[in-house]
Amino acid sequence: MKRDGKIRLAHGSGGALMHELISEVIVGALGNPVLDALDDAADLADLTGATIGGGRIALTTDSYVVQPLFFPGGDIGKLAVAGTVNDLSMKGAKPRYLTLGLVVEEGFGVGDLERILESIASTAGSAGVAVAAGDTKVVEHGTVGGVILNTAGVGVIPEGVSVSGQRAADGDAVIVSGTLGDHETAILVAREELRLDEEIASDCACLNGLVDVVLEACPDVHVLRDPTRGGLGTTLNEIASRAAVGITIDERKIPVERKVKAVCDILGFDPIYMANEGKAIVVAPGSDADAIVEAMRAHPLGKNAAVIGSVGGRKGVYLRTAVGGTRPIVMLEGVQLPRIC
Amino acid sequence: MSTPFDEEAFRTEPEARALVSRIHELLREELRGEPVSLMEVCGTHTVAISRAGIRSLMPDGLKLLSGPGCPVCVTPLSEIDRAIGASTLPDVILTTFGDMMRVPGSQSTLEKERAEGADVRILYSPLQAIEIAEESPESQIVFVGVGFETTSPTIAATVVEAARRGIGNLSVFPFFKTVPRALDMLARVPGRPLDGYICPGHVSAIIGSGAYEPIAREHNMPCVVTGFEPLDILAGIVMLLEQAASVRAGGNAKVETQYSRAVTREGNLAAQAVIADVFQECDAEWREIGTIPMSGHEFSERYRAFDARDRIDVDVPAPAGPSGCICGEIMLGQKLPTDCPLFATRCTPREAVGPCMVSTEGACAAFYKYDRETTEVP
Repeated sequence: MKRDGKIRLAHGSGGALMHELISEVIVGALGNPVLDALDDAADLADLTGATIGGGRIALTTDSYVVQPLFFPGGDIGKLAVAGTVNDLSMKGAKPRYLTLGLVVEEGFGVGDLERILESIASTAGSAGVAVAAGDTKVVEHGTVGGVILNTAGVGVIPEGVSVSGQRAADGDAVIVSGTLGDHETAILVAREELRLDEEIASDCACLNGLVDVVLEACPDVHVLRDPTRGGLGTTLNEIASRAAVGITIDERKIPVERKVKAVCDILGFDPIYMANEGKAIVVAPGSDADAIVEAMRAHPLGKNAAVIGSVGGRKGVYLRTAVGGTRPIVMLEGVQLPRIC
Repeated sequence: MSTPFDEEAFRTEPEARALVSRIHELLREELRGEPVSLMEVCGTHTVAISRAGIRSLMPDGLKLLSGPGCPVCVTPLSEIDRAIGASTLPDVILTTFGDMMRVPGSQSTLEKERAEGADVRILYSPLQAIEIAEESPESQIVFVGVGFETTSPTIAATVVEAARRGIGNLSVFPFFKTVPRALDMLARVPGRPLDGYICPGHVSAIIGSGAYEPIAREHNMPCVVTGFEPLDILAGIVMLLEQAASVRAGGNAKVETQYSRAVTREGNLAAQAVIADVFQECDAEWREIGTIPMSGHEFSERYRAFDARDRIDVDVPAPAGPSGCICGEIMLGQKLPTDCPLFATRCTPREAVGPCMVSTEGACAAFYKYDRETTEVP
């Protein structure tokens, strides 16, 4: 990165520019063996050897800046719990405790703040995590768009579970837990007040229960990831690059809701790059794929789970299209921008 | 393993396979294996073709060339610079569609100016500019009016509405282009002969398929108005190859409409009326191509007050020397993005030399994103 450059919004998009910012500037300044792994959550046993009852400690943190604060399918509070619970779950950890950092603007309604806190409480309660510590700051009007939240999470990785991006191997199946692109499309429609006949709801949800089901069906799951910013396309590229493998997915098998596809078509967006907040990608030995999908489909958050592709072949990520063609799926440079016509 | 979402996709494949084998058969039999070049005029087609992997399914002798149909890509540098310059003025809120953000001007981009503090806002509908104008009466709201006949009616309607509400702080850069004149000009370009136009679906929904009849007649150029789903595009190619075979055998070219679910011969008369009310035809400069007579839209006398060029005083930097970018030849159908020495080397979506690499509908962006490893340089 150019040292005299400026941070642009595209540096936060989850694409190639953000990878450059993280790997060169942030890891460049703060790197250590645990951070350098760049998984969704850090496995502290790697650094300290610390364990709890035989389980290794997982730690993660995330900040939440969504607009609007309340949207179909969720709100910033639900998102702040689910996002951090999911980051822990994707390391195979059982989430235990959260911290909550609350930055609120002067003039913000107490009633709205209570709605957000109630949402945090109920989401945390149903995921089985406790908010164990917190911090509150009030800042000037107009500086943070109402409220921003930060949550950190601590979880425990059970003995025998080893989930990491680099474990993807030839012969593995690539599974998604459900329809893609719902969250970002819902936020876009809510933020831009696009008037549609049908509501599109965010998929925002805690995935720890679903991950329990997956690990029960197949303790030897190789990779778990939640395709948030940058979507499926970016996440698969990260997996392929970390494990130095090839991945091919089949367009026909990727579940996308018709109304999500319609909005994306109008704006020139590709659903495979749209963010999700309640979906998991599972990479596991092909022989276990059917059992995993069957188990996921029995869970309320996995009803549309499907095998969408496999690991193997030429390095990189490829899509077999619905008309039978093949093309690469590359990592996006920055944000997708709406087109002219 | 079927879900409610993928049935359509599964129905697509057998139909697609039949169309693809018909394309191979037409080229081999009726066209005797002689090379055929078709131009997809519209940027949305270029992206759809790349995204569906259609290039990987075409026979060797069939070339799909990108035309001048990406509105951002045909906007000359001076106009990009004017928009970027306007964004830096302290009392201006510059509004634009997202495509324009990363387009390189002589020295900057709108995205970089926004990071420096310029008030640049991405709109999903030009009507949002009216709301901004009403919310910020002390600011000048400027909309970057880039687009073809698909876009100009909604901007025209916005201007009519702004006039009705008596809004005095909204203006538009009229950088609009029209498609048929460009196709006429392209049909005259010597050099690589074209065997047919895949005519744009959305533009044609506005202007009507009848707009291409003079082109088909005067240049004996097959024209097929085509939709944007992969099956539409394959069906449009079949229709064009059938016509190309007939033309080579001495027949007459015509305009056909594959996309009949959206396009009529007359087009959308209401949209045409609002265009005729708000705009008038003018000569327009197309980036890297040059001036094409009467191929643009500027404001009519009645709406002249909305012309941002008269309202916003911007210093435009002197044009820089040649960049080495071959956008012009790509848009004229003479070369593919992969023929450009800058492609994926000095010119990438991150640091683009030409607009074709950063526009959502640009040919180079589509090739970079979807075809880099599957397209052989011809």
